[in-house]
Amino acid sequence: MDIDIFSVKPVILWTDIMIWLLVISASAFLLMLRQNPEARAQWRQVFSSRLGMVTFVIILSYIALALVDSLHFRKALPPVEGQNSSTVYYSNTVHSVLDLALGEMGELKERSYSAPLSLKSFTKENMIDASGEPYRDYPDLQHAGSHLNDPADYNTDLLLQSATGMGKGLIVGLILCTLLKMSTRRSTFPWGAAMATILVIAMVLGWLIHMGNLYHVLGTDRAGNDALYASIKGIRTGVLIGTLATLIMMPIAITLGIFAGYFRGWVDDVVQYLYTTLSSIPGILLIAAAILQFQVFIDLNPGYFEVGLEKADARFLGLCFILGITSWAGLCRLLRAETLKISQLPYVQAAHAFGVSHIRVISRHILPNVMHIILITFVLDFSGLILAEAVLSYIGVGVDSTMPSWGNMINLARSELSQDPVVWWNLIGAFFFMFTLVLSANLFSDLVNDAFNPKNRQERAV
Amino acid sequence: MFAYIIRRLLYAIPILIGVNLITFFLFFVVNSPGDVARAHLGEKYVTQDAIDNWVQEKGYHYPLMFNGEAEGLAKATDTIFFQKSLKLFTFDFGQADDGRNISSDVLTRMGPSLALAVPSFIIGIWVNICVALVVVMFRGTRLDKAAIALLVSLMSISGLFYIIGGQYIVATLWRLVPISGFEPGPMAWKFLILPIIIGVVSGIGLGARWYRTLFLESADQDFARTARAKGVSELGVLFRHVLPNALLPILTGIVVVIPSLFMGSLLMEAFFGIPGLGSYMLDAIRAQDFAIVRTMVFVGSVLYIIGLILTDISYTIADPRVRLN
Amino acid sequence: MNRNSSKKQTQKSAQAPVLSVRNLTVCVNNHQQTHILKKVSFDLKHGEVFALVGESGSGKSVTSLAMMRLLSDALHILDGEVIFENNDLFCATEQEMTAVRGNRVAMIFQEALTSLNPVQKIGTQIDETLRLHSDLNNKDRIKRIIELLEEVGLPNPETRIDWYPHQLSGGQQQRVMIAMALACEPDVLIADEPTTALDVTIQKQVLDLIRGLAQSRQLAVLLITHDMGVVRQTAQRVGVMYQGEIIEENSCEEFFRNPQKKYSRRLIASLPDHNHFQNSSDGTALEPLLSVENLKVHFPQRKGILQRIHDWTRAVDGISLSIGRGETLALVGESGCGKTTTGRAILNLDRLTSGRITFAGETINTLSHRAMQPLRRRIQVIFQDPYSSMNPRMTVLRIIEEGMISLKLGLTPEQREERVIALLKRVHLEPEHRHRYPHEFSGGQRQRISIARALAVNPELIVCDEPTSALDVSTRAEVLKLLQELQQDLGVSYLFITHDLSIIPQLAHRVAVMKDGKIVETGATKKVLKEPHHSYTQELLNAVPHARI
Repeated sequence: MDIDIFSVKPVILWTDIMIWLLVISASAFLLMLRQNPEARAQWRQVFSSRLGMVTFVIILSYIALALVDSLHFRKALPPVEGQNSSTVYYSNTVHSVLDLALGEMGELKERSYSAPLSLKSFTKENMIDASGEPYRDYPDLQHAGSHLNDPADYNTDLLLQSATGMGKGLIVGLILCTLLKMSTRRSTFPWGAAMATILVIAMVLGWLIHMGNLYHVLGTDRAGNDALYASIKGIRTGVLIGTLATLIMMPIAITLGIFAGYFRGWVDDVVQYLYTTLSSIPGILLIAAAILQFQVFIDLNPGYFEVGLEKADARFLGLCFILGITSWAGLCRLLRAETLKISQLPYVQAAHAFGVSHIRVISRHILPNVMHIILITFVLDFSGLILAEAVLSYIGVGVDSTMPSWGNMINLARSELSQDPVVWWNLIGAFFFMFTLVLSANLFSDLVNDAFNPKNRQERAV
Repeated sequence: MFAYIIRRLLYAIPILIGVNLITFFLFFVVNSPGDVARAHLGEKYVTQDAIDNWVQEKGYHYPLMFNGEAEGLAKATDTIFFQKSLKLFTFDFGQADDGRNISSDVLTRMGPSLALAVPSFIIGIWVNICVALVVVMFRGTRLDKAAIALLVSLMSISGLFYIIGGQYIVATLWRLVPISGFEPGPMAWKFLILPIIIGVVSGIGLGARWYRTLFLESADQDFARTARAKGVSELGVLFRHVLPNALLPILTGIVVVIPSLFMGSLLMEAFFGIPGLGSYMLDAIRAQDFAIVRTMVFVGSVLYIIGLILTDISYTIADPRVRLN
Repeated sequence: MNRNSSKKQTQKSAQAPVLSVRNLTVCVNNHQQTHILKKVSFDLKHGEVFALVGESGSGKSVTSLAMMRLLSDALHILDGEVIFENNDLFCATEQEMTAVRGNRVAMIFQEALTSLNPVQKIGTQIDETLRLHSDLNNKDRIKRIIELLEEVGLPNPETRIDWYPHQLSGGQQQRVMIAMALACEPDVLIADEPTTALDVTIQKQVLDLIRGLAQSRQLAVLLITHDMGVVRQTAQRVGVMYQGEIIEENSCEEFFRNPQKKYSRRLIASLPDHNHFQNSSDGTALEPLLSVENLKVHFPQRKGILQRIHDWTRAVDGISLSIGRGETLALVGESGCGKTTTGRAILNLDRLTSGRITFAGETINTLSHRAMQPLRRRIQVIFQDPYSSMNPRMTVLRIIEEGMISLKLGLTPEQREERVIALLKRVHLEPEHRHRYPHEFSGGQRQRISIARALAVNPELIVCDEPTSALDVSTRAEVLKLLQELQQDLGVSYLFITHDLSIIPQLAHRVAVMKDGKIVETGATKKVLKEPHHSYTQELLNAVPHARI
């Protein structure tokens, strides 16, 4: 996929802006936490375990892929004859930087199902042989293995190309490890585990990308789309839904929770009423209703959106919003309870005795001391939201059906297991990518919870 | 106690009004009924007549909050807010988009939903507690670590895979039970057993792990130490002291959802073709039948509030320290 | 083990130890070098109370738990033996151990409320011990439980048997614990700080009970405590524990008369002197800095469907007091008497129900939040718990300068830092400490930082709310000395809220004794302590354990 860097038009999606903003603010937040010795010790505890390092590297690589996939642009179309040469028309398909890295993987479309790494189609078709006689057989795939001169080379080629792909990945991985090694010469963390993980991920990715450009590593779906490509593109959706939904609800939950716990009285009554009311509505119905209504709105106002992807993005953002709104009550309740407790502590009382203003008490004494709850909620919710996306997309109120996501993949493939012969690879693709991310996130959040939850800390002290 | 329940019931009224306002806003203010009709009937080639007809038929032709054209009391009653939202309070749910009576649909579909949800719920809790107890018994050993790893892995698998995988293995490969369907009466177990098993298995990861932390928390408390100092064996401590205390927080988590069992399970019923309220909701969502969704939102909220009150009551029964006031 | 024969055997050799601990060494798991206990050895004898005394973290509780093999998973017994009836308990199987625990060796703990199972009736909890270790039938067991509860002095045992722990008072809960421990007539009773959480009057009753039982039942008691007064009052023999070692062991008489080790002498010396009193101006302040008139703070109790206020909790019910410049008034009372609420009301943190608080001629309880601001720098506060009285996420510098900033003392950041350095020196800390965080300091050091924080705004009155009760005895004396020094140098007045009568003599000029929201007796310290009028004051004084004879 050769492109001229000057002939592209960047497409800035709302979710792109938000995820990059989130990355920036999260880094700032972590830097702020680093200044406090207690928080530093807690992070040290998280990363001093090998499991923490490994899962963190895995999550980080998912996030990196999602970020690279969040830089969108449209390519210029080659000028058509008779067209005014000064105006450039842009393609209606939007690409991302990740697409450049994946090469042609996304563009190798077959006609229908094909098994992983197969050269032939999965179903027989009527064909006409050289002598003009019709017969039924499995047709050759258009793209997979098209570089082979002789299909008999298939096995050797598989081995050879696998070695090449892994070799490429290994080189990148080694470069990364060297950089890491240089920047962390004097530290006691288990960097070895991190480097091993980096190498494994680099090799797997190298193999997947290299092979993905030659074969269909995970086969193709009913419409002939590459399943590996769809799985990789699903990463962005998963990571974004896991972070943005929490990000959106946090300001509401933090403000209301702390205000309710600090001021008590009628403020508390109002906040409690709000979250009891919202949490009494069955979450899935609220999400469904909101998304359906939002979709009606999008459909009736096509003027706001330049390309189809922007429509899908608007719906995606709406989904994040509504997921945030249905889930803020939990954090709000926790923060309220913790603030109630902290406001009774002597150091807050001492601040009152010094006549410190409410805003200052909240920002200097309360907020820093509930930060661990916010952090724990953030990491704990991450995996839950990814799982929720799959279910919602299955029901039809998740992300837009044109958007690549694991939920949509499962939804399309749900009846394939009952087919004969069985088509399993579409489910496996979504399963593998989703399971790895969710498992890493769960394990990592356990460690964060262990380190930051004061309850656990007390136990350790004893 | 009695005064407390009355007070909680009174408090439910503003909450239900709040729920009603939210749904009203969501269903009628965000998009006008005309917009919804247009989206329903196909966006571009629909005539204004067809839209008006659809709106009229469904009773959405009234103004939202205030009817200036009507007389007297009808100024307030001939409105969408009164007709569609307030009437829910009298459990008058009106008609679905396809003209069926929602109330009778809800009543007939409750049975299959409960037949699936109640056994899943009870067996699920029982299994989770047992697994958690076994894990806690072996705490600090390798077995404990392995069990936690297994539980975290189990909870990292999307529920969809449990259903799809379970259906494939048990129904398609082994042909032990029908893939999907339902039949009222005693033969229903054939159709229910697989979804119940899958429901229980898919919940073990999250449930057992949570119960394990509760048990451990309780096992580290002073009273457990006292019991050990009395000469109670580790098993006796677990069953006679740790379990009863850990059941208290478990109660808050489970009692609140008991009334909501009526709502059924969206995914299970859809996959296994069980004609309960869960699949009813799913069909309504897919068909964008807002009348049904609105009804189920209201019913769900009522059940949740009942759950909250039941939680409080069960607490006073289980925990001698709690007095309601 | 055959009960009867062993019992006879032990009675024969009354002076031989019932239980001996030999070379007990405990380390932290994964850190074999970190020894929590180092070769601890001692004997317990029939009818004798052996007190293991030491400050927090010295390893007393670990000793008791290790003896019973009840250590948490983080700790590990490295070496040693516990000989009980010629058997080493560390060699016994877990099953044999359960037959010893609660049956032959019983334990009671510090926090009786949390140590009892909150969801079981107290009768059931005592019954469990009996069922495990005896073959009495149902009826006999109930009879026995009632007997036991009577023996430990719980009123109406027939009805209380069906009560839950939270329905009893702190002292009664500890009595239930003792009844539970005695149920099977053990040979050894291990009491781990049994009275630390109790008020002095209750403490005395519980200690008397334990001492009495030791004699009447020929119990061997291991009493773990940090309080030298308790030791003096209860024990026959003493072992001093310091950093995981028993550094001195002697009979109680001999120990107090002639302590061998410097540390022991320090422990004894840190006990307050009851014959040395602050000079005072015959009980009336000349020029009152603060005066409180008929102060009432009531909290509403709500009930019914509409949550109407049907009664009031009278936390403070009409008290009057005054403090002169440079004077210390001690407000003494047991938990729940309303002394802390009084302090909060004077700081204008709680709303008054009625009454008047005048500070330097100005009525402060009617002032608005803003109008109170200038007065805030003149009245400051020090709290009890050194661990939660400072924001863990701020450096010492930020903590001390907070008041200077919010009360607008008009100092530049450099001036503030200079002042913080001066203050740290004033409270005997290093200037470099200002860049550290609270958790890096010990309890006593933290309390000094709290004092520096209060002093930062040059207050005229400091409300000290139990500032020393969370501290170990030796640090307690140092902090009290510092407070007195500051009073002499700066002329600051203290309202000293405490439950501990023993620290008052050298500290306070005047005393006010508080009970149930009212002041029952007030006057010059010497007068009140030497010739108490009110029966409650007498009761309090009698209960105070005296270290010196």
